[in-house]
Amino acid sequence: MTYLKRSPWIIHYDASSCNGCDIEVLACLTPMYDIERFGIVNTGNPKHADVFVVTGSINEQNKAVIKNIYDQIPNPKVVVAVGICATSGGVFRECYNVCGGIDKIIPVDVYVPGCAARPESIIDGIVKSLGILEEKRLKMKNPDTGQSSTVGRK
Amino acid sequence: MKIEEQTTIVIGVEHLIGRVEQFRKGGYRLVQLNCSKIGEQFEINYCFEREYRFENIRIVIDFETEVPSISGMYWGAFVYENEMHDLYGVAVKGMNIDFQGNFIRTSVQYPFRNPSFQGEGPCQEK
Amino acid sequence: MSRKIVIPFGPQHPVLPEPIHLDLVLEDETVVDVIPSIGYIHRGLETLVAKREFTEYVYIAERTCGICSFIHGLTYCQGVEQIMDLEVPPRAHYLRTIWSEYSRLHSHLLWLGLFADAMGFENLFMNSWRLREFVLDILEETTGGRVIQGSCKIGGVRKDISNEKLASMAADLKGFEAELSDLSDVFLHDDSVKSRLVDVGKLTRTDAYDLGAMGPVARGSGVGIDLRKTGYAAYRDLRFEPVTETAGDSYARCAVRVRELFGSIDLIRQAIEKIPEGDIEVKVKGNPDGEYFSRSEQPRGELVHYLKANGSKHLVRSRIRTPTLTNIPPLVKMLQGCELADVPVIVLSIDPCIGCTER
Repeated sequence: MTYLKRSPWIIHYDASSCNGCDIEVLACLTPMYDIERFGIVNTGNPKHADVFVVTGSINEQNKAVIKNIYDQIPNPKVVVAVGICATSGGVFRECYNVCGGIDKIIPVDVYVPGCAARPESIIDGIVKSLGILEEKRLKMKNPDTGQSSTVGRK
Repeated sequence: MKIEEQTTIVIGVEHLIGRVEQFRKGGYRLVQLNCSKIGEQFEINYCFEREYRFENIRIVIDFETEVPSISGMYWGAFVYENEMHDLYGVAVKGMNIDFQGNFIRTSVQYPFRNPSFQGEGPCQEK
Repeated sequence: MSRKIVIPFGPQHPVLPEPIHLDLVLEDETVVDVIPSIGYIHRGLETLVAKREFTEYVYIAERTCGICSFIHGLTYCQGVEQIMDLEVPPRAHYLRTIWSEYSRLHSHLLWLGLFADAMGFENLFMNSWRLREFVLDILEETTGGRVIQGSCKIGGVRKDISNEKLASMAADLKGFEAELSDLSDVFLHDDSVKSRLVDVGKLTRTDAYDLGAMGPVARGSGVGIDLRKTGYAAYRDLRFEPVTETAGDSYARCAVRVRELFGSIDLIRQAIEKIPEGDIEVKVKGNPDGEYFSRSEQPRGELVHYLKANGSKHLVRSRIRTPTLTNIPPLVKMLQGCELADVPVIVLSIDPCIGCTER
């Protein structure tokens, strides 16, 4: 985990989840799992965030909200879809008001399966996303090669 | 083993307000209102309870029939009446707080009237 | 006289784990009116009865809400059993009761944590959730799931708990209770907690009853309704009294929940002591025909599952009336006249569960 040099902040949004995954995301913050030891902080402000954690599937009502939060997060950013509803719609995929997984609206980098997703797998997903975040950062710095210069890396 | 007795009385829509008023005067609390589509009609249940005695009155109406609001007697009934309107399109007259169909915002109008489904089949084929 | 301004509260708000939208009409710092609107989590899952057989719909019912999922499953199964006149074995009733009470413990601890967070007392938040993990571990050991248990089925339960395990669960409760009383001391006696809660969001007894408040919101205002008194599952064999407080403010609602935690521990002990031997399920034959309003006491209040069947494999109608929906009118009353800074605490004091409410 050499890429854990920084302190990535996450923002969590509950799309149309049943709460199962949400409380597991929150459980990650608490003493038993404690993702703050990786320097990960949950913020309420999209402009402070690097990682967008979404639980639950999208519906007509929250489409715009998710798009809006995603646009407000500064680049580079990664999206983690937590739970099977965020991945594909899950057991609710046939419901008239459910459009499916969040990848229908915004690009998703990491999918965390499970109903409800376990805290261990959520942490794993977020840590994976940090690798992708670092890659994106390098690409932003050096759009041609995708390699970063050594300057300013440490 | 039956947990509790539940009585259901079917009444005409014109007697609704009178019956609800009796419950109100008798110190009953409003448990819930709900609408179901049975065939080409709506069944609306008004459930009341007092000291764990559960009573239910029911009206059966056509899609177009207007229902009087009971929110004058039970202030909190507006959540159920707005919900009924938003999901089934039941016309409720005289609500104390009328959201004009914006209480539950849905992708289709009156979705529970003719339920539709999407994403049939395995989700991988979406 | 000052100008009226409208402040939107939510859907994405730091204190809210779930999206609800309130339009707060303010005059200076005072809230004069509140217009709630929901629909951010609406899925329309009740329509799925047409797609799933009545035995499969249990999974959907459980996923109405991830916090009180076991009780949703129980209430649904109980409704179908009542329609079909199924005689559930007593051991299954007791197991359901034990799991229900563990669910209540986990839900109340979750709420206490979120409430502490809304007050700005982070340490208390962390400690509540640390204790909650003890409950989740037991749920996971006995059912296989942390938050969605899936252990209820029509006609009984899916899994038995061995008597040795039950005995060790009862023994473990002792240490848990000791830690819990340390925690509850802070909630009930700490000055900084009291200064945020006492006299905030008052609801009178009359208002609570007339507006249909249920659960801790009603009991915090002195209305002693507890649906467990109707004697579903094994509650008819157990001794308990509804916990009530009379002040009707946020502190009273908090105190009700804290005291209910100890009530749940007591109920679990009684159930473990009395649990009979025997089968855990009966075979289900045929299809349901009839209707029933299945009612139960969720951590947040009265839950109603209205089920209507016509003798086919699919139910005609399932309607889930959750406690948060009935607590919205009292919330509107509580918020009128409060200060803007108290809004988060008051909203959380009804323990809103939006996932349930919108279904």
